[in-house]
Amino acid sequence: MKNLRTLDFDGLIVGGGGAGLRAGLQLAESGYKTAVLSKVFPTRSHTVSAQGGITCAIASEDPDDDWRWHMYDTVKGSDYIGDQDAIEYMCSVGPQVVYELEHMGLPFSRTETGRIYQRPFGGQSKDFGRGGQASRTCAAEDRTGHALLHTLFQANLKADTTFLNEWFAVDLVRNQDGVIVGVIAIEVETGELVFVRSKVTLLATGGAGRIYDSTTNALTNTGDGVAMALRTGVPVQDIEMWQFHPTGIHGMGILVTEGSRGEGGYLINCDGERFMERYAPTAKDLASRDVVSRSMVIEIDEGRGCGPNKDHVYLKLDHLGTEVLNSRLGGIMELCKTYALVDPAVEPIPVVPTCHYMMGGIATQVSGQALSQDEQSDDVPVPGLYAVGEVACVSVHGANRLGGNSLLDLVVFGRAAGLHIQDVLGQGISQRDASASDLEAALARVARWEESQKGENPAELKAELQALMGSSFSVFRTEQKMQDAISKLEDLRSRIEAAHLTDKSEVFNTARVEALELDNLLEVAEATAIAAEGRRESRGAHARVDFEERDDENWLFHSLYFAEDRSLRKRAVNFAPSTVEPFEPVKREY
Amino acid sequence: MQVSIYRFIPDSDSEPRMQDYEYDLPDDRDLMVLEVLENLKAQDPSIGYRRSCREGVCGSDGMNINGQNGLACKTPVSEAVSRDRLVLRPLPGLPVIRDLIVDMSQFYRQYERVEPFLTNDNPRPAQERLQSQEDREKLDGLYECILCACCTTSCPSFWWNPDKFLGPAALLQSYRFLADSRDTATEERLSKLDDPFSVFRCRGVMNCVNACPKDLNPTRAINEIRTLLIKNGT
Repeated sequence: MKNLRTLDFDGLIVGGGGAGLRAGLQLAESGYKTAVLSKVFPTRSHTVSAQGGITCAIASEDPDDDWRWHMYDTVKGSDYIGDQDAIEYMCSVGPQVVYELEHMGLPFSRTETGRIYQRPFGGQSKDFGRGGQASRTCAAEDRTGHALLHTLFQANLKADTTFLNEWFAVDLVRNQDGVIVGVIAIEVETGELVFVRSKVTLLATGGAGRIYDSTTNALTNTGDGVAMALRTGVPVQDIEMWQFHPTGIHGMGILVTEGSRGEGGYLINCDGERFMERYAPTAKDLASRDVVSRSMVIEIDEGRGCGPNKDHVYLKLDHLGTEVLNSRLGGIMELCKTYALVDPAVEPIPVVPTCHYMMGGIATQVSGQALSQDEQSDDVPVPGLYAVGEVACVSVHGANRLGGNSLLDLVVFGRAAGLHIQDVLGQGISQRDASASDLEAALARVARWEESQKGENPAELKAELQALMGSSFSVFRTEQKMQDAISKLEDLRSRIEAAHLTDKSEVFNTARVEALELDNLLEVAEATAIAAEGRRESRGAHARVDFEERDDENWLFHSLYFAEDRSLRKRAVNFAPSTVEPFEPVKREY
Repeated sequence: MQVSIYRFIPDSDSEPRMQDYEYDLPDDRDLMVLEVLENLKAQDPSIGYRRSCREGVCGSDGMNINGQNGLACKTPVSEAVSRDRLVLRPLPGLPVIRDLIVDMSQFYRQYERVEPFLTNDNPRPAQERLQSQEDREKLDGLYECILCACCTTSCPSFWWNPDKFLGPAALLQSYRFLADSRDTATEERLSKLDDPFSVFRCRGVMNCVNACPKDLNPTRAINEIRTLLIKNGT
């Protein structure tokens, strides 16, 4: 412990994707000593894979567009458990934040008048659902995430942000007053353990799609921030809500953007039928993602799937013509040719619903301040801890995220957290330093793996966990399967805690990182399982065969999962936007 | 198939070695090189390499595959293998940290040297800056770079002068901002490039074009910069 190197910052951001970089930029420009710590070089973060765009009412394609319509769509999309104060903030501030990205240099596609190009996306409407399909998703071809991530990284280079690249955060450090005072991290290149001490710690570690065997997520999306929070006694909210994207390439999990349907593509079953017309007569293939994914699974289950095993459906794009495909969907053309060996200009793409996005996460205020709950079920802040982006649940996505809203979430709330932390730092912060035992608690996991002498192979345990989650917590969920999975997860926990790290080397030991990531996957999987079993209704992405209806009387609430006693509580949803009337829950139809 | 992997773990190895693994390929489908590596790593966790998106957009897993630089996640085994042998080495020309992991610092420094961010001194409008579709098209083939370093580490001029010659990836990004109608720093950018090494050490070998996994053309961008520099000098 004596030899533990310590670094000091005013603001520490864990994660170098879109949310972390936007927050880092805000803080670095304010002059506070800011570090962005990332387990990969920032441009390798999963934001880079976002394709279709960033949804925002900038009124380029439609001069009458209104952020309130975007808000309406988002609330409806969330199946009414999105917090309306947060959604109001995101949709109203959005245009300014998108213009800032453009000013930083983001190479948006353009309209004929030179404005930012916007395309139709799922769940979008004009005039509060009354005016037909809207075109509200701002795009840089179908490489918007790449363009956004690189632009933000470049802006941080300009602002001279300090980067701790290829550092892996192991755990949060909490002092005796319950204040988060930084993290224990491994500098992966040297293997050195470092206490990165900071007045505030912002988690921007992204999602955890790798708890599933079939996912569009990067191999690095292992829920590190969620798991760190849970281990420190911080609850997570709505973690049962996992989005399955309708169009993952069958067998590969690789994403085909919803923008492909926005540009006019549609899904067909083995009879060549455009089946979404039956499930969503108005929005058809641009119904929201939970609706489309469920419809696809029903088609497959009822024997109308495609291919020799009838286990997927087709996404048809060839009628769009090569010019549209190449100019608007060039990235998709490349991905399909490389990974599905299919040329979308000629033949349809085999697709299946694939795990894509974690709606749940650390409950926060609009400022990014992380929240817990006291015994009276009142919100209480977790001092020193903030969260933004996919790891957070602010909550703008509720039970189902709309396409194009994740990139907006990253930059709007990354910026908001940066602004807020700047204020907090300005008021002055004094906190007790971490004691030796506080640090030891955060080092325990590393020590456990270092001391392991025998046991199972972490890679095999990971595969087992992913298969279990895929079979028990995907598009449709049943009580029996969930119960079985919960007990299997208990068994997996004891086996993972006894697993063996064979490689104990110091220099760039990726086996150690993956072992620590496995711990994190397990935390997220268990939280998902218990929360999913506990929510006895169907809402948004959470569809239960035994409770088919939405139950507003008992479940118009956030779930809040606490790991220390594996308990599930409820938290009120915000229905109090400040400038518009709240949108009351009604039956959701597309 | 035999997979031969460059191994060097500084903790225990005094010098690099090649380690051979036997690998049974499936009959029914092709694999990407990264899938082979992931399966081997599940058996031998000590094999070190970077990877993240596994779909060719994050640029983590650039390596030398049977003598060609490329992304492991985007290179089909069937295209790479020769005589039933897959040979994986780190990207050439950069110091090896461990196994297939190279120290990218020099590569990133050259990227930063071109000031890869938009500079525009005019007041910011309330909305976006307008850009015509024709002007926006000039950025196609430039902005898509994923910084994988496959091009730069295949370039003999970079091998010889890694500190003075910017290398194809950095120059592609340099031109991405020179070509942007919204950028007002053209003169400053060009003056910083105007020396015998930064740009002019490019000898037109065009290894970069062959190596780029995104089908971009750094040589063309370098020629555009040369033209601008020559115009600017007269």
